[in-house]
Amino acid sequence: MERKHIQTLSTRNLCSSAKDGGCGECQTSCQSACKTSCGIANQSCENKESK
Amino acid sequence: MIHQYRLNGYNIVLDVASGAVHAVDDLAYDVIERFEAQSPEQIQAELLEKYASDPDVTAEEIAKVCAEVQELKAAGELFTPEDFAPLAGTFKERSKGIVKALCLHVAHTCNLNCEYCFASQGKFHGERAVMSFEVGKRALDFLVENSGSRRNLEVDFFGGEPLMNFGVVKQLVAYARGIEKEAGKNFRFTLTTNGVLVDDDVIDFANRECHNVVLSLDGRKEVHDRFRVDYAGKGSWEKIVPKFQRFVEKRGGKSYYMRGTFTHNNPDFVEDIKEMLRLGFTELSMEPVVCPPGDPYALTDEDIEIVKDQYEKLALLMLQRRKEGRPFTFYHYMIDLAGGPCIYKRISGCGSGTEYMAVTPWGDLYPCHQFVGDEAWKLGDIWHGVTNTAVQEEFMKCNVYAKPQCADCWAKLYCSGGCAANCLHASGSITGIYEQGCELFKKRMECAIMLAVAGASEV
Repeated sequence: MERKHIQTLSTRNLCSSAKDGGCGECQTSCQSACKTSCGIANQSCENKESK
Repeated sequence: MIHQYRLNGYNIVLDVASGAVHAVDDLAYDVIERFEAQSPEQIQAELLEKYASDPDVTAEEIAKVCAEVQELKAAGELFTPEDFAPLAGTFKERSKGIVKALCLHVAHTCNLNCEYCFASQGKFHGERAVMSFEVGKRALDFLVENSGSRRNLEVDFFGGEPLMNFGVVKQLVAYARGIEKEAGKNFRFTLTTNGVLVDDDVIDFANRECHNVVLSLDGRKEVHDRFRVDYAGKGSWEKIVPKFQRFVEKRGGKSYYMRGTFTHNNPDFVEDIKEMLRLGFTELSMEPVVCPPGDPYALTDEDIEIVKDQYEKLALLMLQRRKEGRPFTFYHYMIDLAGGPCIYKRISGCGSGTEYMAVTPWGDLYPCHQFVGDEAWKLGDIWHGVTNTAVQEEFMKCNVYAKPQCADCWAKLYCSGGCAANCLHASGSITGIYEQGCELFKKRMECAIMLAVAGASEV
């Protein structure tokens, strides 16, 4: 169906990542910049094959 | 669970479990708001009444929107049920004993005397000390020995002011480079500095060896010099800004952050961001001060409202500069929707106390830099490893599903329960929450996602 009212951005499906994620190679969240207020979303995935 | 909000003219709908982001028109926004609670007939009746003056909104059009929503729901991109709780804890269980990142406190001393410093002027509530090469070397060996199959190992040279022990920093990097190939590891170094001791030697070294550098600058001169003073009380802005400019210029595009702190004295921190931009810096991070609520520079409830407004203004400034071909980065607005972290990372938290630890100048291990100096949280040391298994167990069990207040929060897969130290200080437990921090975090995520939506609509 052509969607007229809703535009969906291209995003990583988190449910699918339960199957292929968890390699543990990504950066430790607050190591590199903030040191005082942790966030996870701005980290990049290091496992290029899983996406 | 979904989260829908309007910002900067965009109607945004976030499907929490799948991570899908939708930009929708007003009619779809209203349909989605009602979709799970009302029948199609109720939705139609209500919206026909609401849009009575709009000839484009007909019963047929509302039915089309409902079909679009239903299609997304069937595809697992809207109203997706969240069933990640059974996964909580599995990643940490699987990775038990693996350490991949260390914050090396190479100097518990500082050449600045900043009143707001969470590390009490670099001393972390203890004696002044610097780390010896022997202790640092053992810390790196400890990291390699405990890193299992992890290839990327992160080491941050932190303090206090790490450049007050620069000789050891250089020796440690040389040692790590000497062992990493044989060990099958890749060391990523970060240096966090106040700039006072930056010279060409430091710049060349850091630009050659450091994956990232974090340069402390609070923005406007009067703001920066209010706190960041030497022991004679003299502000450091004039001394460090030219050094940082040279540092960044010579960095040649490698990663760096200008990192500032804002307090009750400057909740209008976007003015400080503008000053950083005027000075030629483009990779920026500004953080709310971390301190007890009674401190004179702590952010008040009134400040929080100002700060939230500032986050929106910052997002608009970014859009404007992007349009003008002069983009800049704000650390908390970096969000990679297509290639961000997997669900395991999102539910298991920052890794403090398990895969990430801080090492004091004398080799003690703490869950992270913010716990250093609080003896009750000491994990062990780099010779004997983790001996306080009760504390580590607490961190093993700490994940977003261990925090009851996070259950109904749409942002939980973006913050993963937040900073353990901040949660402890605010609630008395690492599985509590830091409400003020949550509020600001949610605003930052709304802005970051809005910027992603705006970026997608520019293409």
